[in-house]
Amino acid sequence: MLRILLALSAGGLFGTGLMLSGMTDTAKVQGWLDIFGNWDPTLAFVMGGALIPMAVAWRLTAGRRPAAGGSFPAPPHKELDRRLILGSVLFGAGWGLAGLCPGPAMASLSYNGWQGFLFFAAMACGMMAAPWFSRHLDRAAANA
Amino acid sequence: MEADWIWGLGGGLLIGLGGAVFLLGNGRIMGASGILGGLLDGSGRSNAAERIAFIGGVVLVPLLIALVTGHAPVTHVTSNAAVLIGAGLLVGIGTRIANGCTSGHGVCGISRLSLRGIAATAVFMLAGILTVAVLRQLLGVI
Repeated sequence: MLRILLALSAGGLFGTGLMLSGMTDTAKVQGWLDIFGNWDPTLAFVMGGALIPMAVAWRLTAGRRPAAGGSFPAPPHKELDRRLILGSVLFGAGWGLAGLCPGPAMASLSYNGWQGFLFFAAMACGMMAAPWFSRHLDRAAANA
Repeated sequence: MEADWIWGLGGGLLIGLGGAVFLLGNGRIMGASGILGGLLDGSGRSNAAERIAFIGGVVLVPLLIALVTGHAPVTHVTSNAAVLIGAGLLVGIGTRIANGCTSGHGVCGISRLSLRGIAATAVFMLAGILTVAVLRQLLGVI
């Protein structure tokens, strides 16, 4: 039960932060990416603000256990494989195209009209299809 | 317009606080694409309940705030269905292949100085910048 309540609170904070920061406004996100046009620096402040509590949280994990039990994530891998790079290229292209990424797409579901639902539905289909693409990439890498 | 950065910073702090709660409480990385994607492709079945609770918070709390305050935030989402479908597919496939998005690789990865998080963020930012540069500045279609 504690895990559920903590997850709900974390999600609530995340969604509220996304909404208040302006990151569910596609114009502000595309404005951040539009460095050759009317550039909007807001996303840098959002990212900067988010990194502060997270950096503190990572420091607090040392020598401790999660409050609701279990263990903390293992240290990150170091290798930059083709899935990381290719996936990020595809994601970045879609992000620039519509100005939505997964978090804001969820946070704005209730006020982004049919457009928000259509994007979310397509994103969900992409997520369900992704394992197939991943296997294909791994096979191509193994044959190379 | 001048206050945008203050809202950005304040909202960003809340986002980071959410990530801190999820990490220190449940021992999990707050990545929107991973939490949702794991539910959709079945890989996250073992902890589906906390994934659903997290997504419930993300979707319902902004709705609640909009209802209580009486006005929904402004968005400028396109009404071009082809663009929405194409972008959604790219975001869905890309984030799952790369194993993370702006929250997982960006916020959670960079804050622990993860090389993969930093590299992924640099790549998707560059891809986004290039997409907007070509489609908006060069072709004028978005």
